[in-house]
This record gives sequence, C-alpha cells and structure tokens, in this order.
Amino acid sequence: MTNLETGQDHCLLEVRGITKVFGELRANDAIDLEINSSEIHALLGENGAGKSTLVKMLFGSLEPTSGQILWKGNPVTIASPGQARALGIGMVFQHFSLFEALTVAENIALSMDQNVSIEGIAEQAAVLSREYGLPLDPHAHVADLSVGERQRIEIVRTLLQNPELIILDEPTSVLTPQEADKLFETLEKIRAEGRSVLYISHRLEEVQRICDRATVLRHGKLTGACDPRAETPASLARMMVGSDVKSVSNKGGKISDNILIEANKLSAPARTPFAVELKDIDLTVRAGEIIGIAGVAGNGQSELFDVLSGEETVASADDVRICGSSVGRLGISARRLLGAGFVPEERHGHAAVSSMSLSQNMVLARHRSDADTFLTGGPLKIIRYAAVREASERIIKEMDVRMSGVDPEAESLSGGNLQKYIVGRELDRQPSVLIVNQPTWGVDAGAASRIRQALIDLAESGSAVVVISQDLDEIFEVATSIAVINEGTLSAVEPASQMTLERIGLLMGGIHGEDTDMEASHAH
Amino acid sequence: MSFPEIIVLVTAILLTITTAATPLLLAAIGELVVERSGVLNLGVEGMIVIGAVVAFVMAQITGNAYLGALFGMAAGCIFSLLFGFLTLTLVANQVATGLALTILGLGISSMIGENYVGQAGAKLEPIAIPLLSSIPLIGPLLFDQNILFYLSIFAVFGVSWFLFKTRLGLQLRAIGDSHGSAHALGISVIKTRYLAVMFGGACAGLAGAQLSLVYTPQWIENMSAGRGWIALALVVFASWRPLRVLAGAYLFGAVTIGQLHAQALGFGIPSQLLSALPYLATIVVLVIISRNKRLTLMNTPASLGQSFVPDR
Repeated sequence: MTNLETGQDHCLLEVRGITKVFGELRANDAIDLEINSSEIHALLGENGAGKSTLVKMLFGSLEPTSGQILWKGNPVTIASPGQARALGIGMVFQHFSLFEALTVAENIALSMDQNVSIEGIAEQAAVLSREYGLPLDPHAHVADLSVGERQRIEIVRTLLQNPELIILDEPTSVLTPQEADKLFETLEKIRAEGRSVLYISHRLEEVQRICDRATVLRHGKLTGACDPRAETPASLARMMVGSDVKSVSNKGGKISDNILIEANKLSAPARTPFAVELKDIDLTVRAGEIIGIAGVAGNGQSELFDVLSGEETVASADDVRICGSSVGRLGISARRLLGAGFVPEERHGHAAVSSMSLSQNMVLARHRSDADTFLTGGPLKIIRYAAVREASERIIKEMDVRMSGVDPEAESLSGGNLQKYIVGRELDRQPSVLIVNQPTWGVDAGAASRIRQALIDLAESGSAVVVISQDLDEIFEVATSIAVINEGTLSAVEPASQMTLERIGLLMGGIHGEDTDMEASHAH
Repeated sequence: MSFPEIIVLVTAILLTITTAATPLLLAAIGELVVERSGVLNLGVEGMIVIGAVVAFVMAQITGNAYLGALFGMAAGCIFSLLFGFLTLTLVANQVATGLALTILGLGISSMIGENYVGQAGAKLEPIAIPLLSSIPLIGPLLFDQNILFYLSIFAVFGVSWFLFKTRLGLQLRAIGDSHGSAHALGISVIKTRYLAVMFGGACAGLAGAQLSLVYTPQWIENMSAGRGWIALALVVFASWRPLRVLAGAYLFGAVTIGQLHAQALGFGIPSQLLSALPYLATIVVLVIISRNKRLTLMNTPASLGQSFVPDR
C-alpha cells in the first residue's frame, strides 16, 4: 500500500512499511499508519492481529525488522522507551507496568525527569489527577488499589510527561462502563489541547464513539484505514475478522426448579495479602440456567471460582452444594464425580499443562470422573490411549479445534483453539453443572462465538452453568440471569432481561442503591 | 567484684559481640542491596573468603592493614563481577552460578594463602574518637573501634537512606519488584544490577578483611566458616530491611558469644545444642518480627533470582 498523503502538513507520526519478524512469524507485515495532530486514531484488530507489536515498536520496546518511522516529517529511530518519551510519545500499557510494592507517587517518579523530587511529583500528580477527573491518592501503595485506579496512575503518569502522542493499549478492558465514560472525556480533553491519541481496541462501539480515524490490522497485515463513523459495526468487524462472525443464538431454554448449584452465605478469608475475601455469597443456579457473574478484574472472581470448583475448600461442607450434595470440603475430582465440570481462567499452567499433548491433558482433567473409559482396572490404572485418543478427536471435531499435526502439545495451539479444546473437554462429559471463568479472554471472535454457543446449548440441554466474565457483551449474550461481584460480595441475581449496562456499571463500582456518586465508593 | 571491674568485664564481652557481628553485618547489608535489585547471589561465602585472603596477604606485603582492607574490598568486588558477567550478561542461572562462586572462592583463597597460613599479621587498630570515646561503657564500645566497625554501621544507615530516599534507590527497588516494567520505563536494568552486585561484592570483601585483620588477625583456610550463608539467611529473615539486618546480625553475634561463655562455664547443656543456639535464636526472633505478611510481601523483591532478557 503506497502512501499518497505525505503532503499533509499536520502529520504527527507516520509509519511506512514497518515489519517485525519473530522467527517464522511475520507479526507485522509492511504496515502503514498515519496519525495527525489533534486526532484520536483507532488501531483495530483481533487478539493476535499485531496491534501490540506495532505499538511496542513505536514506543521503542521492540526493534522493527524493517520499515521507517517519521516523527513530524523527520525519519527517526526509536531505540528505547526513554527515546520515545524524549520525542513526545507516551504509552499506557495493557498489562500494567506498575510496581506493586511502591506508592503511587514513587511509581510516577520513576518515569519522570531526574530533577524533580518525589514530594513534588506527589503534589503535581494530585493536582493533575483532579484536573482530569481521575482522583488519586499519591501516597497509597499500588498493591492496595483497584484495577481502575491502577489505570488512572498509568494515565496520570503519561500525562505528566506532557506527550504529544499518547498510546493507549486496550484501556477499557478493565474499567466499568462509567469509568470508561470518564476516560473518554479525558481523551477528548487531550484532543482539544492539540495532542493526539492512538487508541487500541477491539471494541467497535467505543471506536465509533470517540475515534476520528481507524487503521485495521488482521494477521499482521493492514486491511484498511477508514473513518469509523462512516462504517457500521458489521463492516468494521468484517475488516477485523475477514469474514462475518456467526452471531450467537440464544433461544432461552426451559428453566426447571431443580437447583444444581447452591452457595449459602459462603465466606472465605483472603489466602494472601493481595487476595480478596469472599463475603456472604448466596447463589442458586437451576437446571437450564446460565448465571453471568460480571465484575471488574480482581474483585474476587478467581477466589469465587476456586471455592466453587474445589480448588480451595471452605470451612463448612454445607456452604457449597452441587447436585444436591454438600461439597464444601471436597476437592475438584470429587466434585467432578458428581457431574460438575470446571474451566479455570488461565489456560496455560492451570487448565492445561503447556508441554503435554492435548489427549494427555484430557486424561489429567478426567482421570477420576471417566476412570472406567480411560483407565484399566487394577492397582496400576494403566492409561488406555486408544480410548483417550478417540475422545480427544471427538472433542476436536465437535469444537472445530484447529491445530497442526496429530495430538500436538497444548502450547502449540493458539489461545482460541486451546480454549475451545478445554471447554470441549468438559462439555464432552455432558456435565450437569459447568463453571467457567473468563471463557473467552484473549480468544479471537470466531472461537469466542463458538464457545458461547456451546455454553448456551449445554444449558438448553438441562445443565446449570455459571459464567464468570469481565466481558459485559459476553454476559449479555449468554446469561439468563446476571449478578455482579464487587470486593468479594455478590449482588442479588437478576434476570438478564431486566439488567441494563448502566445498572451493572453501578454494581461493579460497589453501589447498590440509587446513589450515583462513583467517587464515594473509592474513598476507602 | 567491684563496680568498675564489672564495667570492664561487660565492656569486654560487648566488644567481642561487636567483633562477631561486624562481618555478618557487612556481608548482609551488601547482599541486601543485591537482592533488592532482584539478583540472588549465593556466592557471598566465596567473596568473603577471597576478601579475607587478599586483605591479609596484601597487608603482609605492604605492611599496611588499611591498604590490605582496601585490596580485600577490591578483590570481593572484582570476584562479584565474574558473577555479574555470568548471570547478567550471559544470563546463566543465578543459583548455580552463586554456588559455583562459593566453591571457586574457597579453592582460590586456599591457593593464594598457602604460604601465609599461621603467620602473625597486621591488625586494624581501633581509632578513638576524641571526647566520645571517654564516655564509660558506650565510649569504648562505639567510639573506640576499628574502621570496619564504623563502616558497617554507616553502611546500614547509608543503604537505608539510599534505598528509600534517593531516586537511584527507588529505581533499584523498582527493578527488583518488576524488571520488565522497569525496562519498559527506560530504566537500565542490567547496568543497575551490575552496580548492585559490585556493591555486594565490595561489602563481602570488607567482611572478609574484618575476619583476617580484626577478628583473628591471621589467615586460616576456610576462615569464613559459613558466615556468608548466615548473612544470606539474615537478609531473608530481615525481610530485606536494613535496620532489621542490623538487629539480626547483633543478635546472632550476642548469642554466639553468650553460648561460648556458657560452654566455658559448663552448665551441663550439651555443647552441640549451645552451638546451634545462635542460629535458632536469630531465626526465631526474625520470623517473629516479620510475621506481618503484608509488610513482608511488600518488601520482598518480586523478581528475585529471575534472569532478565529484554525482548527486542
């Protein structure tokens, strides 16, 4: 793709034919990008499309294999993040680059000029954060802050460097809708000051709402540059995915009165100082029901999953009931034997052993619940690989898992395909209870819709499903009822049809009544 | 015994305690800085013994104990550079390299010191600070000491100030907490770690010099006698906090001297049990003071022992 607009004099940053090769993989292949001043420019693409690679090169943390970067019309080499900052490029990272053991002011000081005292920075940060409506306590330790507050630090830190171009990598994935609104206001303020923003996202509504232009990537290649406001979400999605994404059909099956999952006043103390304490969680899930549990990351989702799955036991056996049995003191295998299936959040190292093959991973998960099928009798319990392979192939076919070779190692699969296999591994047993945590995190749109459809189909066939997710679109797509987890407390379960995005947002911020003052909840 | 006699006896005992504690304190405070930067150098024992032999030999050759101490410090520092080169530049495993450094140090020191075993050597003499040294009890204890004692105390407060009040100290702690994030901010991870490792080596070298020029002014093979390992343990049990290292080192020194006196007096307690007492007492006390899990976690360098390779 050639660049015909070099004559434009407002061009702040221009990228010409930039390429990054990792071994065999062309993560970025001859990408062109132009960002004007006073512009919010979207960089769109699915997970793995090469967005992060591109911005890492712009910020000097990766070295381009070939290609050219022009800053205000002059060719530049950005060899380090320090150099990028010196040019006037600031970055807010997707995975926070904060130091948990340090205070807010210390974190900010680390990215500032040498000659400002930490106290001076604390003062500046407090003033600036108020000015932009992102209140922060400079003396708090990062470890004690919520994810939304951590993002504010990143933004304030970047703003304090007074950059002309701010790169934001998936900033709203950890925010409540209200926090996201606040962020958009901040971005518009930045644009009004004559600065530019490169906004990376895969959320189309956001991009259409605030971005002036968009550049779309797919599989490391440029697929188009457009004005997002002139496009429809469907046309943008096509540019991102390359084909139309099959939408999920949710007919809403019959919900019986048969309670399959029950938690009664379930409490669990925090296991580590940084973990969340679960407080009085009440939850009942009936056959045919999908309960979506929304919440900002780090509010007790993984802790809740652990006590429901049996990874952590609780004090009283009656606190958790699965299929009518009290299981609070039982481990995972015992709960699986009752007909439950579990899909934890981390694919590698939790749901699967990365260096083992898919079929071996299946045996690891199901060696107790399907002992009759996969193991011979007798004390040695020899694995019957023929049966294992047969089941593994069935799962691969059923879930449309794409991979190279026969029975490859888990780590060789892409995130989406491995996740399809892991979900399929549980579904293959036809569990009467399924509990999944962040089922489509970091999964491409095609695989995500396949997984969501599978969850819906399972519930329609009469199972009880709990979906813990940060993705509100996902929750609305699959759930029949919705609850929100906030600081270890679960809100009352309400039918999905009666929930609004705004109401969920308030619950995520910890406000259960009519009070809409967001900040009150953060003053702790 | 009259009152002045008791004072003299107590002062003598307390003096031996400071002498026993100083090498531990020097080595531990150096290792604390190293570990705060996220590097685990298990070669402390080796660096101490190299410092000890070089300090003694150079003091013999030059006839000046101060020059000897200076050379001991430099030797520890240079020896630690070997560790730095292997683990930071060549990204070798820190645990294995540290262990190798200890073994290598013990071997090389025996070789260097072969002809000096048992020789009577120069001693670092106490430097009395005018006026202050004439205060009863405290004077001889704190203000009529050798230079390495003063240095060790200064190092504790200096390191504490450096880590928590200066920008470089902040950067060093940041690197220890998350080297990836620090790199993303443009802080030079490898350079800072080299400096930290060299500081640790210099401190261990001085600890060795204290052994061969103050504690027992002669060269004995393997004279570090496990002090490097104790220093390593002190750093961990002190939750990487300088003042706790000071407390731990002196507690260890005090119980060591105390149990020696108890053995001499013959209380009928098995001597093996008494010999184990300093280790037990130090661990128990430091575990009790670091029972605040949150605070301990806050102070633990999260990237400790992990190699850093910037992805480019």
